[in-house]
Amino acid sequence: MIRYTLLRALQMIPTVLLVTVAVFVLIIIIPGDPVLSMLGYYADDVTAVPHEIYDRMFRELRLDRPVPIQYLYWLGDALQGDFGKSVVFRVPVIDVVLSRVPATLYLGTASLLIAIVVAVPFGVWAAVKNDTWVDHLASGFVLFGVAVPGFWFGMIVILVFAIYLGWLPSIGYVAPQEDFLRFLKHLIMPATVLGLDVAANILRFQRTDFLDQLHQDYVRTARAKGLPGQLVIWKHVLKNSLIATVTVVGLNTARLLGGSTIIETLFSYPGLSRLLIEAIYARDFPVIQAVVLWMVVLVVIVNFFVDLIYAYLNPRIRYTTA
Amino acid sequence: MNANPMDAASNAEPTAASAWRQETLTRRVAGFFLRDRRAMVGMILLVVMLFAAFVGPRLVPYEPDQPNVRNRFAAPSWSHWMGTDRSGRDLLSRVLAGASVSFRVAIGAALLALLIGAPLGAVTSYIGGLVDDVTQRCMDAIIAFPARLLAIVLVVLMGPSVVSLWFAIAFSSIPRYARIVRGSVLDQKEREYVEAAHAIGEGRLAILFLYILPNVLPPLAVQVTLDFASAVTVEASLSFLGLGLVPPTISWGGLLNDAQQWLEEAPWLAIFPGAALALTVLSFVLIGDAIRDHLDPRTRRRGGLR
Repeated sequence: MIRYTLLRALQMIPTVLLVTVAVFVLIIIIPGDPVLSMLGYYADDVTAVPHEIYDRMFRELRLDRPVPIQYLYWLGDALQGDFGKSVVFRVPVIDVVLSRVPATLYLGTASLLIAIVVAVPFGVWAAVKNDTWVDHLASGFVLFGVAVPGFWFGMIVILVFAIYLGWLPSIGYVAPQEDFLRFLKHLIMPATVLGLDVAANILRFQRTDFLDQLHQDYVRTARAKGLPGQLVIWKHVLKNSLIATVTVVGLNTARLLGGSTIIETLFSYPGLSRLLIEAIYARDFPVIQAVVLWMVVLVVIVNFFVDLIYAYLNPRIRYTTA
Repeated sequence: MNANPMDAASNAEPTAASAWRQETLTRRVAGFFLRDRRAMVGMILLVVMLFAAFVGPRLVPYEPDQPNVRNRFAAPSWSHWMGTDRSGRDLLSRVLAGASVSFRVAIGAALLALLIGAPLGAVTSYIGGLVDDVTQRCMDAIIAFPARLLAIVLVVLMGPSVVSLWFAIAFSSIPRYARIVRGSVLDQKEREYVEAAHAIGEGRLAILFLYILPNVLPPLAVQVTLDFASAVTVEASLSFLGLGLVPPTISWGGLLNDAQQWLEEAPWLAIFPGAALALTVLSFVLIGDAIRDHLDPRTRRRGGLR
């Protein structure tokens, strides 16, 4: 297991490095003069900027150095949490980003919880009652979750619960330490909408894998030696089918913790993804870089842990790879 | 990811039986769509949507951009089936106009991903060695980006146009095609018929494209279908965020973005474009799922609890 962990950790390094290169290149290939865009000018009118300021910025961005050197400096700074200053907010990028992290983490966690609580039992139920109305209902739910785009579903939910029924606030965010009940009221709609397609994903895998497991030899053996049917299902089959579930949940975790641009925009929810869109509108490239890097590194790290859990649960993986 | 869902296809000798296969292929495909309920519903939906997209605009009496200030925010009625928007434009005409944009973007994006990803996976895995390793790591890096995030970043860099949307949306699916093909090539490379082709003096590229690739087509078809579905959604998301195609181009995402402000006054503005979007995605998902299950022997033998 240790050997597998190390091997898998080493595999992350080239991926992360390539990602940092890609994110760094962002700033080089943006149309227009990087100095001007850093100073917050949209047009390429160099004359509008005093010479001294332009030159100082030019050196500050190390644009006088060769590109690979620029990258190394940038990487070094980034590793220390220094992504430069936000063009719009005029404060260090890292502060802007960190101020948005909690909101996104709450939303991601809540939607993941909703998805798991709905999908895992429903998936098992659908598999056990294969080809009955329960199963058909589950298939319908999966199709709905996969086909219905989140922003449309979100609008319908706002329409029903905020506008017609008036039960919930349609947009916004309240920090949990301020007022926990209002925090929950603001969280429930976006979290449900965001959780929908994740729930559909988990349900689909949970059902398929559970069905697969039901037909394995060990189930027949367990039955043959006289174990009651219910015990076989709940103890043996469920445990084995959760291996696949862990993977699906893990893959979706990374996505959810990065936040959803669509949902955060629709509900005016001040998370990281909303920050990304704001930064794009404002051409705030250091912020864009930091947010993108955060999201991607999160995916890589979460996937690492998913693989570890997977290998732990399924010994065949760790022995064949290591 | 790739659990080799094409054993059935690869067992047949690709060259010897090809004439027979050609003849029955059409019949088999038709039979599949007739037998599988999901595939049939999906196909009918898709045909309806395609008809709406490419013929529909000619059948409606209104121009999608024609304002009518005396008829603003009209609820759905016989003269305006889907109502009108804030400047009195007919929503049905606008939804139909958005359909053709959606299809053009989605089909272009999915095909582009296929055309780049599949040959890339085939050639690099066939060559193997360092080329293969380097490509694999690059693919890993691309996969690490959430698809929508990557599309957003790329479209910001390239500016909003149909072609840049193709690339922006296609980019994140390239690794999927490369992996599907790579898995199959590595699997098929060692088989006897490849050895036989070698023995009769076929070149490496000929073996790759004429002998091995036909065996990869079924899983690729599934992927393309599912990619259409996600491309339609991603395009709509980008336009919804104001990053995709901008007015005067009409897209479903843009219509939904507009609708957001008038949700209380004119809910139909949100309901109809979204429904069109959902039905289109649904049609591709139904077809894709049906083909995948058909190709996967595991689902075919699977029954219930007995």
